[in-house]
Amino acid sequence: MKNLPTHHDSRIATVLDEHVIEIVSDSGEGAQRCGQSLAAIAARMGNGIWTVEIIPAEIQPPARSVAGASGNRVRIGARRIESGGDEADLVVAFNEQVLLGRVRAGELKHGARILLEGMWREHPDPRIAASYAAAVDELAAAGYRVIEIPMERECRTLVGDPRKGKNMFALGILCNIYSLDLQLARDQIALIFRKKAASVIESNVTLVEAGHAWAETHLDFKFRIPAERVTTPQIVVNGNTAAALGVLASGMEICAMYPITPATSASHYLSEVFEKVGGIVHQAEDELAACAFAIGASYAGKCAITITSGPGYSLKQEALGLAVMAEIPLVVLNVQRGGPSTGQPTKTEQGDLLATVFGSHGDAPKVVMATSTIEDCFYAIITARKIAETFNMVVVVLSDANLATAQQPFARPQFSETWLAPPVDQSPIPPGAKPYDWDPVTGIARRFIPGQPGGMHTITGLAHDRNSRVAYDPVINAEGLRHRSLKLAALQRTLVPPTVHGGDTGDLLVIGWGSTKGVIEEAVDRLRGEGLAVSSMHLRFLQPMAGGIKEIMARFPRVMTIEQNWSDTLEDGVIDDSNRRYSALAMMLRARYLVDVDCWSEVRGQPLKPGRLCEVIRGRLPGRQQKEVAS
Amino acid sequence: MTTSLTDCVLALYEEHHELEEYQSGMPRWCNGCGDNAILTAVQRLCRDAELRPEKTVFVSGIGCSSRFPHYMKTYGFHSIHGRALPIAEGVKLARPDLHVFVNTGDGDCCSIGAAHWIHAIRYNMNMTVILHDNQIYGLTKKQASPTSPLGTRSNTTPRGSYLEALNPLTVTLGVQNVSFVAQVVDWIPDLVFDVLSAAYRHQGFSFVRVIQRCPEFQPGLHEIAMREPNRVQVLTHPRGLQLDPSLERVYKNRLEHDPSDLSRARDIASSTDAIPVGILYWNPEVPRYEQIRAPSQLRTPDKIRAGLEAELDKYTIWPDGPTATT
Ligand SMILES: Cc1ncc(C[n+]2csc(CCOP(=O)(O)OP(=O)(O)O)c2C)c(N)n1
Ligand code: SF4
Ligand SMILES: [Mg+2]
Repeated sequence: MKNLPTHHDSRIATVLDEHVIEIVSDSGEGAQRCGQSLAAIAARMGNGIWTVEIIPAEIQPPARSVAGASGNRVRIGARRIESGGDEADLVVAFNEQVLLGRVRAGELKHGARILLEGMWREHPDPRIAASYAAAVDELAAAGYRVIEIPMERECRTLVGDPRKGKNMFALGILCNIYSLDLQLARDQIALIFRKKAASVIESNVTLVEAGHAWAETHLDFKFRIPAERVTTPQIVVNGNTAAALGVLASGMEICAMYPITPATSASHYLSEVFEKVGGIVHQAEDELAACAFAIGASYAGKCAITITSGPGYSLKQEALGLAVMAEIPLVVLNVQRGGPSTGQPTKTEQGDLLATVFGSHGDAPKVVMATSTIEDCFYAIITARKIAETFNMVVVVLSDANLATAQQPFARPQFSETWLAPPVDQSPIPPGAKPYDWDPVTGIARRFIPGQPGGMHTITGLAHDRNSRVAYDPVINAEGLRHRSLKLAALQRTLVPPTVHGGDTGDLLVIGWGSTKGVIEEAVDRLRGEGLAVSSMHLRFLQPMAGGIKEIMARFPRVMTIEQNWSDTLEDGVIDDSNRRYSALAMMLRARYLVDVDCWSEVRGQPLKPGRLCEVIRGRLPGRQQKEVAS
Repeated sequence: MTTSLTDCVLALYEEHHELEEYQSGMPRWCNGCGDNAILTAVQRLCRDAELRPEKTVFVSGIGCSSRFPHYMKTYGFHSIHGRALPIAEGVKLARPDLHVFVNTGDGDCCSIGAAHWIHAIRYNMNMTVILHDNQIYGLTKKQASPTSPLGTRSNTTPRGSYLEALNPLTVTLGVQNVSFVAQVVDWIPDLVFDVLSAAYRHQGFSFVRVIQRCPEFQPGLHEIAMREPNRVQVLTHPRGLQLDPSLERVYKNRLEHDPSDLSRARDIASSTDAIPVGILYWNPEVPRYEQIRAPSQLRTPDKIRAGLEAELDKYTIWPDGPTATT
C-alpha cells in the first residue's frame, strides 16, 4: 500500500484497492440506510460496489442483543465488484452487543478497525456500562483497533432525537474516512428524502456534515479508493427490485402472490409501480390460491407471474403440475431462503434446486433458470416470460436472499418492444385444428385462448389426447408425457453452451449456479493469480442444461460444484461413498453426464466469501490435498 | 394474423345459438344423478341468455360434478381439487369480457377449497358459482363430506359420521361482501333454471347451492322431500323469484322473502323445518374486485416503456452528473 497525500486534505489518505465496511445497530436505528447511502455515494463516485443487508430474524429484536444486529455490509472497490467479499475491514457499531454478534460470526478481519458508539461507558445502568467496558477490553486484547466515538452526544447538539440521527452522523464520518465527495452525499440525501419536507433534508445534511467535520478533527487515518466516473448510465437496485422491473419490462400484467420473506419486497415494489403501466398485483389468500390465480390469468391469455420463497413454493407444487399437464405458460420467481420448513427466512441458501427441477408429482418437466447477478434478475424474468409463452411451459426462476437484498450497479437497460408479450390472440381457430396438436419434433402445440371462435374445448389436469379429451388409454398417456418432455429438449437446442471463466483447460473446474457466480469467479481469479490452473463455469439454465457441458468437464481431470445447500462430508465418520449425499447440482451433473463431480457446500446462511473458497479449492488440487473442515 | 382482444370487443354482434351448440359429449354421470338436471338447466340458460360459446368459460375442480365443463361446448377448465375458485378469479381479472361459471362439489368447495370459498365471496367477482352439493364424496366412492348429515354411513365413517353438517348457506351469508345466495333442489328443473338465470344476471359473485341427488352413494337421502312437496319452502318476492302457476299448484309451502333482507336470509338459511328454495340474498351494490382493480388505463407498449423509464430514472447514475432525476 502506498501512502499518497490527497490534494484537498491535510491528513494523508492511504490508497486502497478495496474495503469491506459494515454498519450495524439495533434495528430501527438506521444502519441500513447509512450503508445503502454510503454505497450509493461511492457508486456515484464511480467505485465498484456490492452491498449485503444484515437482517435480524425478528422485526424488533430486543435492544442491544447479540442476535439483533441490523445493518449493511458495503464492499467498495477501485474496480467492478462481483460479490460481498471477505471479512470486514472496518465496522461502525452503535452498541457493543450487535458488534459482538458480528465478531462471533467471524465477519471481521483480524485487526479490523471498529468505530463504536462510546456513550455506553457512562450508562446509568452499571451492568450495561460494565458489559461495554468488558467488550471493549476483550476486542482490544483480540487485536481489533477500537475507536470510541460519542456519536449520540455529538448528535444531541444538532437534532431532537439523536437516536434517529446517528446514522447520518456515521455516514458523514465514513464519507470523510473514504474521501468521498461531500456534495455527492448531500445529493444522495436530497434523493432519499425527496418526498419529505425540506427541513428533513436540511437536518440530515447538517448531521452528515457534522460527522464529516468530527472525523476530520478526531481521526488520524483516512483512505481513498480510486474511482473512475462511469461512462454509461448505471442502475443501482437490489435483486428483488431488478426482478420486479423485469416483470414490468416483460409485458406481464398480473402478479399473484402471498407475502413471504425474502421474496415479498419484490412484490412490494411491484405494488408501488405496476398499476402505473396497467398491471395488477393480487395478494391472494395463500400460495395455493396465488398459483391457481396466476394459472387462471395465464390460461385466459395473459401470462402471469407468481412470486414466492421456499414454503410458498412447496404449496404451489400441485398447481404447477396442473400448469405442466395442461400446458399453460407461467412464470414463478422463487427467492430461496434457508430450509426446510420455516428454516432461516432472512438467510440465503440454494436449497430448492431439486424441488424445482423434480417437484410436483409425476413427470412434470419445467424450465428452471437461476439468476446469478443483480442485472440477471432483471433480464431473467423477461426471458422466462418469453420461454413460457413460446413453449407453453412453467418457467421457474431461482433467485435467493443474497441477491434479493444485494446491490450492484449495472448498465441501464435499453427498453425493447420485443420484450413485451404479444396481444391476446382472439383470431378464429381454423376448422379441424386441435388444442393439443403436438408438433412431432418439438412437442409444441398452438394454444387456444378463451375468446377465440371455434376453439372451444376443456383443458384438464387429467391425461388427455390431442383434442383435450380425457384419456385413460395407456398409449395416449405416454404420448402426452412424451410431447411435454420433448419441449425441454427443443428448448435445450436453442441454448448457448456456458462459457468457462479462466483457462479452457486446467487441473480443476468449479461449477456453480445462482448468486455465487461473482464469488466463485473472484476466488478463481485469485488462485489463477497464484499460478493455479483453476477455472469455473456457471450455469444459468438448470433444466434443460445447455449442450457442451460434458465436453467442458472433459477438459479438466477434476470437477466440483460449490453450492449453498447441504452435502455430506467424509469427515463425518458415518459417511462414506455409499451413503454420501451430494449437493443438488453435483447430483444432477453426476446423474446426467456420468462424471465424478465432487462438491463442497456451506449452509451458514451468509453469502460465500472468496477467501474461504480459495482455501477450499486449494485443498482440492493435486498434491495439495489437505483435510478441510466443512463449516 | 391475430386479432387483438380490443378488436373483438368492438366487434360485438347479435348472435343466437341452438341448444346443441352448448352440448358436448355424453355425460358420464350415473343414471338419476342430479348433475344431469343442472347441466340441462345451464345449457338452457346459455341459449336463452345468448352467451357466445367462445366467450364463456366453465371452471371446475375435481369430483363427479367437476366433470361438468367437459359436457359444455364452451371453453372449460377442469382443474385440481379445491382450486376452481382462484383459477376462475384469475381468468376473470385477466379477462373481464369472459362469462365465468364455476362448478364445484361439496368436498371441493367446502372442504379442501374452503379457504378459497370464503375469500371468493369477499372478492365478489362477477361469476356464477354452482355448488353441486350431494352431501358425499362421489368420485372417490363414498366418504363423508362436510355437508353430510350427522350419522352418515360412509367408507370412512362406517358407524356413522361424527359431526353436524356444515351449512353452506349460513357460511356464505356470514362472509363480508356476500352479494347473491340462492338454493335450489335438482328435482325441480324449472326452478333450477330460474334460480341459475337470476344468478347469472347478478353482477357479482352468485353462489347457488344445488341440493343434488347422488343415487349411487346417498340413495334416498331426499326421498321424503321429493314425495312431500311441502318439505320444500319456495321463497318468492317481486324482486326475487316468482313461481310459475303450474308450480304454484304443487309447491304450496311458500314464503314471501325480500332478498335484500340479510338477517332474515340468515334465519331462513338456518331453519331446519323445510328446504328453502329460491333467492335468499341479493345485493347488487357490493363492489366487485375486478372493477376495483381494473387498470385505469389501456396498456400500450408506449405506456410500459414510459413507466419503465420513469422507474429506471430513479435509480440511475448518469455519467455526466451526480444526481439522479427525481
Ligand atoms: C389434492 C387431492 N386430494 C384428494 C383428491 C381425491 N379426490 C378427488 S374428488 C374428491 C372428493 C370429491 O367430492 P366432491 O367435491 O363432493 O365432488 P363429487 O364427486 O361429490 O361431485 C377427492 C377427495 C384429489 N383429486 N386431489
Ligand atoms: S356417484 Fe353420485 S354424484 Fe357421482 S355421478 Fe354417480 S350419482 Fe352422480
Ligand atoms: Mg360431493
